[in-house]
Amino acid sequence: MINLLLFPILIPLLFAAILLFFPKNISLQRIISAAAAVATLISVLFLLLKVKADGVQAVTLGSWDAPFGITMVSDMLSVLLVLSATIITLFVIFYSMPTIGIDREKSFYYPAVLFLLVGVNGAFTTGDIFNLFVFFEVLLMASYMLIVHGGEKPQLRESIKYLLVNVISSALFVAAVAFLYSVTGTLNMADLAVKIPQIEETGILTVIAVMFLVVFGFKAAIFPLYFWLPGAYHAPPIPVLALFGALLTKVGVYAIIRTYTLFFTMNIAFTHELLGIIAILTILAGCIGALAYFDVKKIIIYNIIIAVGVILFGIAQMNEAGIEGALFYLVHDMLIKAALFFLVGIVAVIFGTSNLREMGGLMKTYPVLGWVYLIAAFGLAGIPPLSGFPGKLLIVQGGFEGPQFWGSIVVLATSLLVLLSAIRIFIYAFWGEPVKIVPLKKRSYYQMFVPAVILVGITVILGVGAELFMPLINGAGEVLLNPSIYIDAVLKE
Amino acid sequence: MEIIMSFVIGFLFMAAVYLMLSKSLIRIIIGTGLLSHGAHLLILTMGGLGGTAPPVVADGVSVSDYADPLPQALILTAIVISFAVTSFFLVLAYRAYQELGTDNMNLMRGTEDND
Repeated sequence: MINLLLFPILIPLLFAAILLFFPKNISLQRIISAAAAVATLISVLFLLLKVKADGVQAVTLGSWDAPFGITMVSDMLSVLLVLSATIITLFVIFYSMPTIGIDREKSFYYPAVLFLLVGVNGAFTTGDIFNLFVFFEVLLMASYMLIVHGGEKPQLRESIKYLLVNVISSALFVAAVAFLYSVTGTLNMADLAVKIPQIEETGILTVIAVMFLVVFGFKAAIFPLYFWLPGAYHAPPIPVLALFGALLTKVGVYAIIRTYTLFFTMNIAFTHELLGIIAILTILAGCIGALAYFDVKKIIIYNIIIAVGVILFGIAQMNEAGIEGALFYLVHDMLIKAALFFLVGIVAVIFGTSNLREMGGLMKTYPVLGWVYLIAAFGLAGIPPLSGFPGKLLIVQGGFEGPQFWGSIVVLATSLLVLLSAIRIFIYAFWGEPVKIVPLKKRSYYQMFVPAVILVGITVILGVGAELFMPLINGAGEVLLNPSIYIDAVLKE
Repeated sequence: MEIIMSFVIGFLFMAAVYLMLSKSLIRIIIGTGLLSHGAHLLILTMGGLGGTAPPVVADGVSVSDYADPLPQALILTAIVISFAVTSFFLVLAYRAYQELGTDNMNLMRGTEDND
């Protein structure tokens, strides 16, 4: 089955197209969208086994030879990210059913979620820089629709800003691709990785590398370019927020990882040191925001920015420990952010507000919710048996081995601030004097709680069974450190 | 020729940045239009402006005479994408004007208390 790696893109695309025909039939919409996510998940699991057994998979569309046609490439990194994205989308669909509201469900909500999955999976799998742009636009277009869906006033206001920022960054992406094409004359990523080291004048390539950092930094919310994220992510409802927080910034992070390990390696002393410094500044900016707000959604939103900084700091070290740590942390962070948004969403619904100061005493009425939240918060901060620990340990180790040892100290110190910001939600919402709450129906409570618990359970397994998952992470890191494996798989013979 | 085009594109980018920094929403959208024009012309220019024949296979034209077809295909893709995004943006601006009653970006700030 040579086309196996296209299935995670084609299955949601097909089902989303089918769903467009009967928007008013909600039960059918729910069943088919859940079935689509399950089918995608199964195909990704097969793909994972295939990549683990046979190494990097590559398909050239239309049987045109590699540099001339579009190549889709699935290495261990992209298949792991596609797997996490699909798991999260599946749980977001389940979580949406009780929370998103009938009106939204009737107006193409589930097709938009599936189209977002198409864009994300495509961006993780593509092997062509312009095709990456197209998949970015697919996922951005779906995200524009989801962020404004429902048309409340804050949504309208924030989606204008979100759209404007992304239009600008897309235009810059096109300009950066144009420059890269004029220097190298190719768009295929593997071919770029061959051609770029042959170019002796590295000045222009360094400029293009920084331009790509700006473009993907807009998507990934790195330090000076994160200004749009807190407002934009605060506007949409919780399931959409979980989807965005878990997937969208991580696509930008993946694009930075891919470009900075595969082809922009000609001037590491400048580009990767710049990346490391920006990553540290991103962590600090995120910490300031996470501590400053008394709003449960804003606190977790700023934790997205912190995690982006931690992952990019690991990548900037360009040694084995740093990169493997960053990949582990990337997978962990996608899952834990979705789980935290789910839990915080339940808390916000129960209190009828997201303001921490108006909360209190939930431990007496919802003890299980409290303990699950506590486990998720410890996982976020990286307490040893949980999933945040192995990734951060390797990132810190990579930092001490590299030239930016002071960055590792910042990563360690800010872990305390992350823990503080997450525990503050626990202290305010679950301890203290009980306040008046909106009692939640048993049925819809369990519909919201079960997806969250399963996601937290997956992160616990990921942390406790880290030894089981390390071979996969090793395989992904090996391809990033030796681009020749990737190049040989694409330009074979 | 490439030099002249570079200056034109630079001017388009400058005008786009100026318009996007203004207060009125419609001027911002005009700015994004100019920005995508600049980006599309940039692809065309960076692909090289050599070649006298359009990239359609014809008798008696040697390979070196054709214009580079790849940038043209890229532009075509980028144009339809920016069409779609611009039309979405215009409708969004219209809805926002109806709901919020203003097109001034300064008045669209909003705080935690004032949604």
